[in-house]
Parts: sequence; structure tokens; C-alpha cells
Amino acid sequence: SAPLRSETQDPNSNPVKTEEAKLKAKYPNLGQKPGGSDFLMKRLQKGQKYFDSGDYNMAKAKMKNKQLPAATGPEKSIVTGDHIPTPQDLPQRKSSLVTSKLVG
Amino acid sequence: MAGAGGGGNDVQWCFSQVKGAIDDDVAEADIISTVEFNHSGELLATGDKGGRVVIFQQDTENKSQPQCRSEYNVYSTFQSHEPEFDYLKSLEIEEKINKIRWLPQKNAAQFLLSTNDKTIKLWKISERDKRPEGYNLKEEDGRCRDSTTITTLRVPVFRPMDLMVEASPRRVFANAHTYHINSISVNSDNETYLSADDLRINLWHLEITDRSFNIVDIKPANMEELTEVITAAEFHPHQCNTFVYSSSKGTIRMCDMRASALCDKHSKLFEEPEDPSNRSFFSEIISSISDVKFSHSGRYMMTRDYLSVKIWDLNMENRPVETYQVHEYLRSKLCSLYENDCIFDKFECCWNGNDSVVMTGSYNNFFRMLDRTQRRDVTLEASRESSKPRQVLKPRRVCAGGKRKKDEISVDSLDFNKKILHTAWHPQENIIAVATTNNLYIFQEKVN
Repeated sequence: SAPLRSETQDPNSNPVKTEEAKLKAKYPNLGQKPGGSDFLMKRLQKGQKYFDSGDYNMAKAKMKNKQLPAATGPEKSIVTGDHIPTPQDLPQRKSSLVTSKLVG
Repeated sequence: MAGAGGGGNDVQWCFSQVKGAIDDDVAEADIISTVEFNHSGELLATGDKGGRVVIFQQDTENKSQPQCRSEYNVYSTFQSHEPEFDYLKSLEIEEKINKIRWLPQKNAAQFLLSTNDKTIKLWKISERDKRPEGYNLKEEDGRCRDSTTITTLRVPVFRPMDLMVEASPRRVFANAHTYHINSISVNSDNETYLSADDLRINLWHLEITDRSFNIVDIKPANMEELTEVITAAEFHPHQCNTFVYSSSKGTIRMCDMRASALCDKHSKLFEEPEDPSNRSFFSEIISSISDVKFSHSGRYMMTRDYLSVKIWDLNMENRPVETYQVHEYLRSKLCSLYENDCIFDKFECCWNGNDSVVMTGSYNNFFRMLDRTQRRDVTLEASRESSKPRQVLKPRRVCAGGKRKKDEISVDSLDFNKKILHTAWHPQENIIAVATTNNLYIFQEKVN
């Protein structure tokens, strides 16, 4: 028959509790609710990039004919301060035009 | 013959084929993200992180002779999804194919649904083996003929040509998911299908792309109150009104679409009570269900969580009827598995044709066959070292601690980057498809 989840050989040598203690020792500020909001919110926000179309369009309108300063330097995708990210700042992704290697 | 598709341990598994590059330098696009046989088992589809679909077809020439093994060869390949950027939501949308589901065959063409995080597409795969020749107004290569040179009329005829397999997108089902799609499931009515994201499930009609009905919505009014997400969903194989969805908290809800339009109230809730003394930081994470699959019979369903596979009788909600440990030795490694994110890996599971054996993947390119009728299990490995033609796979054993026996591998030597997340079992025969990171292995039952 299926083993019950509550079965443990010796409560004092529960490997999971040992692992939990290890983790808490390494990260003392770890949240009380591991399966709670923070962890789930991170999952829901997968793919989120910093680009605000409203900011971008308003900045463009204000500056009229002038070009918006694009991000410069080695870290093009990191945006700081008053810089309004432009579509060009975002890492461009192109689809793979190569045939899958499974085709051999 | 292997027609029954049964037997886990009286069956000996042999290497049949492996697809994909041998080199260790794996491009992200080549990571296999889904594997699915069609309803007859003749076709085997794979999807990858690069948004591409490759379909293999079983070579049926030698099927009548029991000694011969059928091989799967490339039938069609196409780019299903492309990367996109949603400027309005500032969201990068991956082209990775999350799931492929085949429609039952109705005519000469084959249809499948493929989905990425946001958009589902219906693809038609058809064969062309004839082409019209003898047009009056154009040459065979397409150039127009000078009409002044035409003195007679002829009737174009169809002549045989080399087989061409064409894939064309017939429907695009877009803009219905705010969150990331994790599942699609075709209804037994063969007219509708569902798509599920982290918080909502939508019902579509295969012919209609501009509308879909929301049937489950678990988004709380205040996102601060979010405690669980939907991890997988599937329609019942025979009852077109019934579907299930699993959660990150380890529960499965069964819903009846006849009860109401919005199925927020479940008709059954499957949950195994946990001993509070066992509760730990990891409890909820490892109880999160990564896959749910109905048995072919429709009487049972199987769920996969991080460490186990559970079989549930649809008539019993308070606990599973069977529980199988996949890799119990990982219990003492949860701290490092949390640190390297492996604890969040989503393993899938599948049934064999007659529901007697279930299969799921693990680390180190190991996969597990769990025989329900004989109550035995075996661990096998998908590796290039064991890929000589018809080579029988040797069972693998992991040593949890203490003295390591000969032929055993210790937990600390396991390669956690070699994960088998996706596996599929031929619906009728003992043929299995096992995906490692970037290779597809096909194993078959040993035929004497």
C-alpha cells in the first residue's frame, strides 16, 4: 500500500529538517512563507523588461524633433536615472532561422 | 507482440535511435521543451526553445515482420513561434514551445496545436504527392507563356511527384492570456480545447480565434493575497464536460462545465493531508504539481511533484491510491537543490497504452519506469554510451549514502544539469521517446 506522507523513520534524523536548518543558516533573512507571494510573483513576472511605452512616447513628444539619448556604454540594457529607454535599448531577439539539429 | 503496450520489468528496453547533435555545447534554441506522440503513434512531435517543431514518422514498411524494428524518420519541420516583444506590457515573449497536442485524425491531413507562453497555433500538416502539369498559360517553371504562340488547348493533368510534406498555420489563438500558458488540452468532443496559464483557464472552439471563454479564474482581487497558481490542466479523455487542474500547493481540482459557466467552484478536490510535523520550508515547493495526466481508461489520474508520482482514483479525493518515489535520495539535498533552482524543475509523466506502467524523468539523464501491476520499478539511463543498435539498457542504481556498491552511482556524482523533463509513450506499442537536454532518444522493447 502507498506509504503515508507522515511516515518517518526517526523524527530526530529527518533529512528535510536538516536541509531546512542548513538553508536558514545560510540565508537568515529568508521569508517565512516560501511558497507565498514573493516567490509566486517572481514566476508571474517572468519576461518583464524595463520599457514604459507611455514614458517613451511622452518623452518623444516633449523633445519634438530631437532624438532621445540611447543607452551608451557596455551595459546597454541597464537603465538608470532620467534615461528613458527606447525600443533600441532593449535586447533584440531574432528567431532562429537555423533548422533544428534533431533533423540531422 | 508488444501490442498490449504493457509490462515494465518483464520488458527489456533497447536503444533504437537518437536524434540531435553529439557535441556538449548546447545552443539554447536546441533545448527540447515538449515531446508528444499522435493518437496512432505513427507520428512523434518535438518542440524546442527556439520555437521550432520537428515531426518524425514511424517507418511502417517492415511492421508486418515481428523481427524488424520500426524507425522514426523526419517527416516535417517548421518554425512554429517567433520571439516577440509586447511594448504595451513591456514583456518579452519567448518563442519556446511549451506544449504540443495532436488532434485526432479526421482526414488525410494531420493537425496539432502548439503553444508558447502567450499564443496557441493550429498547424495543418499535409502531404502532396501529385502536381498539376500542362497548363496552357504558363510553363512548368511558372513563367508565362506568350499567348501568341499558343495554338492548341490542353487539359492540365495531375502527375506524381516526390512526396512533399507541408505545414501551414490554420488558426492563431492570441491575446487571451495575461499570464504564461502552461497547458493545452483537446476535448474529447474534438471541437473545443482548453488553455491554462498561471491564474486562468480558457475554453476555445477550434474554428473560432477571436473569442474564448474564461472557465477558471483564481486571480485574487488583491495580488498580495496570491497563494497558489495553476500548474497544469487536462480534459478528461471521454467525458467532454470534465477537466482537472493542478496547483502549486499540491492540490488537484476537478471541474464539471455543466455545473456553471465559470468553474471556480470545483466538483472534486484531490488533496493528500500532510502531517504537520513534517512541515518544512521546502514542503510547499516540493508538493507543487508539475504535471497531471488522466489514464487512458479515464478512471485514474497521475500527478508528478518534485519527488514522487501519485496515482489517484477519481472516486477518492482524500488520498492517492498509489505513491511512487522517483528519487527519494534527493530529500537530503534539498538545500543545494533550492540554491541552484533545480527544486523548481518541472518534470512530466506519462502512462503506457494499457495504463499498467507509468514513466517519468529524473537527473543524470535517468528515467524511471514504475510498474503498477507488478509493483516494481526500474531506473534506466539515456546516454550515448549505451546507444549501440539494439543494446539492452542496464538498470541503474543510486546510492543514497554509506558504502557505494559496484555499479552504483552516488548522489553527489549525479549531474543535475542532465535532466529528463519530457518523455512520451507510444499509445499502443512499447516504444518510448525520452528527451535529454538537446537529444531525443527512442527506445523499444527487446524483440527476440
